Amino acid sequence: MKKLLLAASAASLLATSAFAEVKVGMITTLSGGGAGLGLDVRDGFLLAIEQSGRDDIEVVIEDDQRKPDIAVQLSDKMIQSERVDVMTGIIWSNLAMAVVPAAVNQNVFYLSPNAGPSALAGKGCHQNYFNVAWQNDNLHEAAGAYANDAGHKKSFILAPNYPAGTDALTGYKRFFDGDLAGEIYTQLGQTDYAAELAQIRASDADSVFFFLPGGMGISFLKQYADSGIDLPVVGPAFSFDQGILQAVGDAALGVVNTSQWNKDIDNPTNKAFVDSFKAEYGRLPSLYASQGFDTANLLLSALEKADPSDANAFREALRAAEFDSTRGDFAFGPNHHPVQTIYAREVIKEGDVFTNKIIGTALEAHSDAYAAECKM
Amino acid sequence: MSSILIVEQILNGLQFGVMLFLMAAGLTLIFGVMGLINLAHGSLYMVGAFAAAAVAGATGSFFLGLVAALASAALAGAIIEIVVIRRLYDAPHLDQVLATFALILIFSEGTRWFFGSFPLFLNIPQALSGPVTLPGGIEYPLYRLSLIVIGVAIAGGLWLFIERTRIGIQIRAGENDREMIAVLGVDISKLYTLVFALGAALAGLAGALVGAIQSVQVGMGEPVLILAFVVIVIGGIGSIRGAFIGALLVGLTDTLGGVFLPEFLGLFMEPGAAQKSGSAIASMGIYILMGLVLIWRPTGLFGARA
Repeated sequence: MKKLLLAASAASLLATSAFAEVKVGMITTLSGGGAGLGLDVRDGFLLAIEQSGRDDIEVVIEDDQRKPDIAVQLSDKMIQSERVDVMTGIIWSNLAMAVVPAAVNQNVFYLSPNAGPSALAGKGCHQNYFNVAWQNDNLHEAAGAYANDAGHKKSFILAPNYPAGTDALTGYKRFFDGDLAGEIYTQLGQTDYAAELAQIRASDADSVFFFLPGGMGISFLKQYADSGIDLPVVGPAFSFDQGILQAVGDAALGVVNTSQWNKDIDNPTNKAFVDSFKAEYGRLPSLYASQGFDTANLLLSALEKADPSDANAFREALRAAEFDSTRGDFAFGPNHHPVQTIYAREVIKEGDVFTNKIIGTALEAHSDAYAAECKM
Repeated sequence: MSSILIVEQILNGLQFGVMLFLMAAGLTLIFGVMGLINLAHGSLYMVGAFAAAAVAGATGSFFLGLVAALASAALAGAIIEIVVIRRLYDAPHLDQVLATFALILIFSEGTRWFFGSFPLFLNIPQALSGPVTLPGGIEYPLYRLSLIVIGVAIAGGLWLFIERTRIGIQIRAGENDREMIAVLGVDISKLYTLVFALGAALAGLAGALVGAIQSVQVGMGEPVLILAFVVIVIGGIGSIRGAFIGALLVGLTDTLGGVFLPEFLGLFMEPGAAQKSGSAIASMGIYILMGLVLIWRPTGLFGARA
């Protein structure tokens, strides 16, 4: 009996060493209002893993339902019982703030495919935390820069009252040279903007900047179009991504928005990504899908060089970021956030499908305002 | 702060209020008549919106979409009453909450399975789009104005139905004493199905009407459901009149509080901080209102029993 047990445990030891799998924990939003974003990140990520042809990577996917408490439970489970090496997937900044600091302190690597709260880019930065998308302020800073170029002098700005909303308005104000006609924090998940629209109408603004991701943006744009206000609108890509443009319809046509990615960025990786995503899932990819795809490719490039169990080597491999990004050149700044070009896009209609077209560059080789505060 | 802005915000509050009433009316009838806490009421709202979006998308007619919303929500309501709810009338409230919560999950995932995770497109009809100019130079979206008119008309119709028709009398009698009207020869189970389908149809109609200016997506009903519960607690459980007054109170408090509280705090605070704390306090406004009403009248404004 004793012998048998010994043999069994030896065999199981052998088995674990033979299958030195890399375990990736993905916590993302797959149900409820924000599900479209999480689905795109997941699909983009899995597409890259599948294309790599590696079968030694196991991705554990869980749905956080956009609730911080559930995200924390899932992350505890992934770290303690699933023993994942790398985590990724979180869409919302308030969830990232609840999960990421604890995860990276337990020696797990976290690659953010979306949320980039300022707290994790500055003083709270960590050597095991990498953001593959952007620091939250970035696209809003670009929107501010674009508003200057477009000659706007007085903006009315609004965003939901949560970490990314504060980052959004801060980012816009950092680059916008004009005055503010008004500044509103709405509720997260709010769907009726009649009160805010009345305030915009009563103000003397010459432009409107808004950051309302997901369903919030659909509601806002439809109601804006119906309100009779005809001020130009500027916003980050989040309310104009492929997933929701169809639900907004004509109300979004012609609106300028800022993004680090678009399907018409001209490089072979991006072309192949757009085509294969369409072929695999039957829809156009959004910027979230591109971020998921880039995140997986970053991970794959690092795994080529080192194993996550060798933390220092793996970290260096991640920092080098030697992979073909859908955005073209990709590099990390000192705080592990991207340094990248951000474009201005315009919403157009291609046949029956609403989509975006790049009309210019808003900011080039743009880093973020918090990098200097990061000491790692 | 101009008077035009104030009037416009009051209209916004009224519009929000009458839409809440459509939700709350069904909820309060179901609770009042059957003593059932129906958490799945928000799912019926979602069913209405999705049916309207699908039919309006296929036929191009918003009106047909509304008809589809009413019909499908009523049908869904009748089906869940017969299949699930009927077994729960004598069960404790906790069992009802558990079962109807399960219905929320089933409806949400079922809708996602059928329509996908991305929001659907439902736009307001051409004839009602754009703003109109009201006396006094107020520009206001015609569609929102129509929502107020529709909501008030339905409230009036519902009041007549409950107060003046035979079925209405049976419903009111059912609220007072279930056993007695069963003994008097009223088919109580048919009456329950009818009330449930009626409540569901109103929720579905609200979903379709509101879905046209918001986004039609899975989970859209739950935030409204919470507000509808606040409304019926304020108005008094089982009272249509209470639901109407409560809905308007909640709509106005929420809208006006959200606009004027940050302005007010801005008088003696730095603007950014005033905005943030103002909107945070304003989101508590309706719950504070509910607390005050319950201290003053523990059964709600028009409630007969606790």
